[in-house]
Amino acid sequence: MKWKNLLKVAFKSIIKNKMRTLLTMLGIIIGVAAVIVMVAIGKGAEKRIQDQIASMGTNLITIFPGSMQSRGVRMGPDSGVRLTLDDVELLKKNATLIQAVSPMVRTGAQLIGGSGNWNSSVWGVSEQYLEIRDWPLSSGEFFSSADIRTQNKVCIIGQTIVKNLFANDDPVGQQLRVGKIPFRIIGVLKEKGQGAFGQDQDDLLIAPYSTVLYRMSGHVHVNQILVRAVSLEQMTQAQAEITSILRGAHKIAEGEDDDFTVRNQTDIAATAEETTQVLTILLTSIASISLLVGGIGIMNIMLVSVTERTHEIGIRMAIGARSRDILVQFLIEAIVLSLSGGLIGVLLGFLATWIVGLVTDWNTVIVPANVLLSFGFAGAVGVFFGYYPARKAAALNPIEALRYE
Amino acid sequence: MSGQHSVIRTEKISKVYDSGEVQVEALKGIDLTIDPGELVAIMGASGSGKSTMLNILGCLDYPSGGEYYLDGIHVNELDRDQLADIRNRKIGFVFQGFNLLARTTAFENVELPLLYSRLQESVDVAQLTRLALERVGLSERARHFPNQLSGGQQQRVAIARALVNRPAMVLADEPTGNLDTRTSIEIMATFQELNRQGITIILVTHEHDIADYCKRIIEFRDGRIIRDQEVARPRDARQDLEAGHWQASGLGDRP
Repeated sequence: MKWKNLLKVAFKSIIKNKMRTLLTMLGIIIGVAAVIVMVAIGKGAEKRIQDQIASMGTNLITIFPGSMQSRGVRMGPDSGVRLTLDDVELLKKNATLIQAVSPMVRTGAQLIGGSGNWNSSVWGVSEQYLEIRDWPLSSGEFFSSADIRTQNKVCIIGQTIVKNLFANDDPVGQQLRVGKIPFRIIGVLKEKGQGAFGQDQDDLLIAPYSTVLYRMSGHVHVNQILVRAVSLEQMTQAQAEITSILRGAHKIAEGEDDDFTVRNQTDIAATAEETTQVLTILLTSIASISLLVGGIGIMNIMLVSVTERTHEIGIRMAIGARSRDILVQFLIEAIVLSLSGGLIGVLLGFLATWIVGLVTDWNTVIVPANVLLSFGFAGAVGVFFGYYPARKAAALNPIEALRYE
Repeated sequence: MSGQHSVIRTEKISKVYDSGEVQVEALKGIDLTIDPGELVAIMGASGSGKSTMLNILGCLDYPSGGEYYLDGIHVNELDRDQLADIRNRKIGFVFQGFNLLARTTAFENVELPLLYSRLQESVDVAQLTRLALERVGLSERARHFPNQLSGGQQQRVAIARALVNRPAMVLADEPTGNLDTRTSIEIMATFQELNRQGITIILVTHEHDIADYCKRIIEFRDGRIIRDQEVARPRDARQDLEAGHWQASGLGDRP
């Protein structure tokens, strides 16, 4: 039989049982749509993490206090060890592969000013912070080393604070009470968007570390030290240099573990990416299972269809259909079923991805290769699960099939 | 080609159904020759072997023994696919239950054998289909579905389907079994007309009234042919219809 006629026969039989066809295809539709949405979400998360990690600043090295591990026993980050301003000064003085360095003192405070009040994080950093983070100002200026020396009460605010407190007027030059201390706003940061783990990076106030340390938090240790290495190629050497300087400063004997952790953003990126990849694989395999179940649904219906149409198969055989004609007819029917389901699934997948992007603030990235793959997989499911019923139809004995009512 | 051969020639055809312990011999060495242009009735009670014979003649089943030549082709040696091709090219089937595809128009039913034909590139499918419907007088009903046609019309669609591939013979299995008397005679009139045009027709029936319209009657009993005789003057279905004879025959309409 010609392809045109075979397709006609297949479509006719599919259209004949509309409800059944829809229910049969539902498995494939949901499977394909689920695969597309899951991969889109996974890829979106992956891409955002890559973007965010790139936006943390290039050649960034972060030093955390506390050993990750001490002779096999993991310690918490605050297990007695502290990074201090002396460490920062030592690095500044002795390290040769470092372009910029900044301590980071983190605290939180209620901000009062402008049109109301707002709770935000307060970061005390050095005048080199923006250089390390590749983070430009949108207006105003950054503080200087003189401001740090004098513990000047000046601050830079992020866009979220601008939106909440200074929606209508220019915040630069205005007063802002941070807790009980009045600060003068001298600059506004450019919008940075969400961080790699979904946090709002624009909800912060930056001030000289000396001001935060001595006027606000009251303690003398710093939460992190941020370093910008001179080049990407020398990251590893820079890390080694930092490690040896800090070991010297902390008087750590040969053979003992570090009481601090030095990490660069590549490590962080790798960890984050690994996490999202595992997530993507997990989500996709769950979605694939529904495709498989959809395939079994198709096989089930095709078997019913073969039984129902045994008499028709007998008639076709009597008037000269070869086994192959019957096989191809039922196989095409299964493939048309699964491919139509696949096509609807792709459209539904696009729609669902769009809706997910709309109602959540997750990134989604539709990968064309994945769409083609899941559509092709739907077709393969049709061939695989359609073959057995088609084979059964083709192997029928014409006399018995004719007698079947 | 068919001028040189008998349409059917069988030599000692036998068929044994083997159900493990019991062997049933349905056919016991049938020798049968049917020439082009014949109109043959095969008669017999159920269990006589006539259905088995029909399946073998129709290339739906293999004989257990003996030789079968259809239009000069030695059918015994053919495989399943070749048998399908033989059925497609050489045989037109007409069944008791019409066996039309449901939800498929008369036209599409009739063209079906052409679509399965392996020679279809060289023929005009639509033209042949129209001609076949014309021959059974159903040109006007081409776009109708089987459930929109009367029993007689459905059977004529089936006859058109049997004719469309220009087969060597038409095999009809109780073609009037589901029809009332008048329609039965109409169908026989159609067969007689086709036979006059040179088409070989073999029909299986258990009704003597129907067999009387045929030119030769073969009767089966217990797997053998017990009677094979020419009918000197077969009844003319057209005349019977004009004379209203089906009422005078005393049979009346069957339910």
